[in-house]
Amino acid sequence: MAKVEFTTPELREDRANPQLVEGAMSHSSPYLASADHQKDLGFPGELVDGWQQKAVAKLGELLDKNRALRVYLDACVKCGACTDKCHYYLGTGDPKNMPVARQDLLRSVYRRNFTLMGKIAPGLVGARDLDEELLDDWYKYFHQCSQCRRCSVFCPYGIDTAEISMAARDIMDHIGKGQKYCNEIIGKVHKIGNNLGLPEAALIDTMEGLEEDVEEETGVAVKYPVNQEGADVLLITPSADFFAEPHVDGLIGYGKVFHQAGISWTVSSYASEAANFAMFIGSYEQMHKVALRIRKAALDLGVKRIVFGECGHAWRVAYSFLNTLAGPWDFLDPKYPVPQHILEVTHDLIRRGALELDPSANDDKVVTFHDSCNVARASRMGDMPGGQFEIPRAVIKAAVNRFVDMPEDTICDKTFCCGGGGGLLTDDLLELRVKGALPRMEALQEVVDKHGVTHMAAICAICKSQFTKVMPFYGFDMDMVVSVHQLVGDAIQLGAKE
Amino acid sequence: MSVLTVVYALLFYAATAVLVLGLALKIRQFATTPAPLRIATMPAPMTRGGVVARMAGEVLLFQSLFRSNKWIWILAVLFHAGLALVLLRHLRYFIEPVWFWVVLVQPFGVYAAFAMVAGLAGLWARRVVVDRVRYISNPSDHLMLALLMGIGLSGLAMKFVARTDIIALKAFCLGLVRFDWQPLPADPALLVHLGLVAALMIVFPFSKLLHVPGVFFSPSRNQVDDARERRRVAPWAVALDAQRDS
Repeated sequence: MAKVEFTTPELREDRANPQLVEGAMSHSSPYLASADHQKDLGFPGELVDGWQQKAVAKLGELLDKNRALRVYLDACVKCGACTDKCHYYLGTGDPKNMPVARQDLLRSVYRRNFTLMGKIAPGLVGARDLDEELLDDWYKYFHQCSQCRRCSVFCPYGIDTAEISMAARDIMDHIGKGQKYCNEIIGKVHKIGNNLGLPEAALIDTMEGLEEDVEEETGVAVKYPVNQEGADVLLITPSADFFAEPHVDGLIGYGKVFHQAGISWTVSSYASEAANFAMFIGSYEQMHKVALRIRKAALDLGVKRIVFGECGHAWRVAYSFLNTLAGPWDFLDPKYPVPQHILEVTHDLIRRGALELDPSANDDKVVTFHDSCNVARASRMGDMPGGQFEIPRAVIKAAVNRFVDMPEDTICDKTFCCGGGGGLLTDDLLELRVKGALPRMEALQEVVDKHGVTHMAAICAICKSQFTKVMPFYGFDMDMVVSVHQLVGDAIQLGAKE
Repeated sequence: MSVLTVVYALLFYAATAVLVLGLALKIRQFATTPAPLRIATMPAPMTRGGVVARMAGEVLLFQSLFRSNKWIWILAVLFHAGLALVLLRHLRYFIEPVWFWVVLVQPFGVYAAFAMVAGLAGLWARRVVVDRVRYISNPSDHLMLALLMGIGLSGLAMKFVARTDIIALKAFCLGLVRFDWQPLPADPALLVHLGLVAALMIVFPFSKLLHVPGVFFSPSRNQVDDARERRRVAPWAVALDAQRDS
């Protein structure tokens, strides 16, 4: 795929809907998975013979297995409520990035093959046979959806384009048209245990390095244990936390929190990954297989609790799916929810006075918070609905003196995706990622102008990687992005509780 | 018994059968298809009662639509609330004696008809004028509006332009219910009105009108937020657990 020249959109104060530009992103298409990457997951290596019929048959299978897909394909009335809610539409103006238009790429095939009207009067109801041109659009536009669920918040029937795009990707995988980025990564998890392909020795080495760094900086011997049997907590964190910036500062923060609270913890080299990219490709079987690594690690290490680090879709899989995929967790300590988010742990410790935080350590910062889409709209923290909004803010405010929220229609359950979620965090989709970040960048600019915001805290490995990459396109410094537990780690007074 | 009466009587029996059977089959399909994962749009209620309240907010007040777009919300409420009152007003044709509250509804039903038509006109205008909505519209979306508009206008025409013999009409309707057919007045507006209503009943289970049962089965709206506390595995997924922990 040729490198595409593109222009970064202008930040606009009015944040109006863009003009429709048909085909504006029709050149955007991620690299195809190679035959090897496909076969590692049990998918055909290349487009199979009779792919049209096989795709329709797979769609039929999914319709019988997943009520959401069935209801969402039937219930849409084309009211238009979702049309201006997707960050990719707002950033590109491509009409096929309007959620309903994206759904219609699949709905048209559903109607043609599975509904009476679509069979007898296809032209009337927008029913289409699946042909090469349409498959091409599937591949392009179902890889321009980050499955962030913002459209589903605003749909009067809760139709979630994420479910549709997951189904479409699952179908494409099964006819041999998979996406390289996701499928290669899932293969690495099966083989090595994490997305980055970081083997055990390197992981131990990295964690020892962190111990040295933290001791050098603070004079306190904070442990960053790997594969420690009998630890209380198994920490499952995105592998980016092991060395990417600013992720690793978050991991340093988790270690400091556990240290001060006196909680013994460990990571596992076997389940050294919180991410579960199988969700992005809509494969229950793959997601199940990846999730079972966590079960096995918890059993092998004999831990009492499972805690997840800062990662958006991982927390969705953990909070909403893990019990189904890899539970029941009756072998863990019933005093704690399974799994817990690291922010729930930290928040609880702060409330109980178990952490000594000095927010003035962050007085060089004015901080805002980016709600990660999957945390905001697909999970919870704490014991009340909306805890996923309040707990991160409460923790930040305990660690920082100056905190400001971005505009109301861009936070909490109306938050905008960073532009890189859903398996799109790959350089072959850079133009899409930059343009999809526009709504978040505009909201950020507003609080930078009005309140002098200097940093944006995030709780997702994908958000952090995406922002550090695309923010410079908009004239922001990539160092503006921080992990929430970096703020905590910087404010924590090690030694105060010794 | 005129041919017309026989044709319309049979048409309504057929339309009712299609509507009831078609919806029943669709509802069974929705109800029996498993929802393998917990996908409520969060924040979601943590109790069944909370879900009932959330669903009531969606079905009666169009809460999500309200958050989304005030114009669509106003027009949709005008249309749906108007239609609901109009339907209640029409109950008088099928019951004898007419229940007290149905009598009370009668004058409101007339205003409601205007609200319904105004709502439809607004929604149709959006479909033509707003480029985003125009882009996503199929011919069937316009036809559905035309059908509903035709029903509304032909109904209003019988009230305000060419009044029909509603005593005879009521006899016809009660005759249908009691399987004791009575002659149908042959007024053009009435024939159009009834023909379009029968058409609507017939297309209902095969069209986007499935949003009516669909909303109740939408997992993003009807699920309780209790994934960490309660484990659920779809029947087809149980086999996947067979090999684990071995």
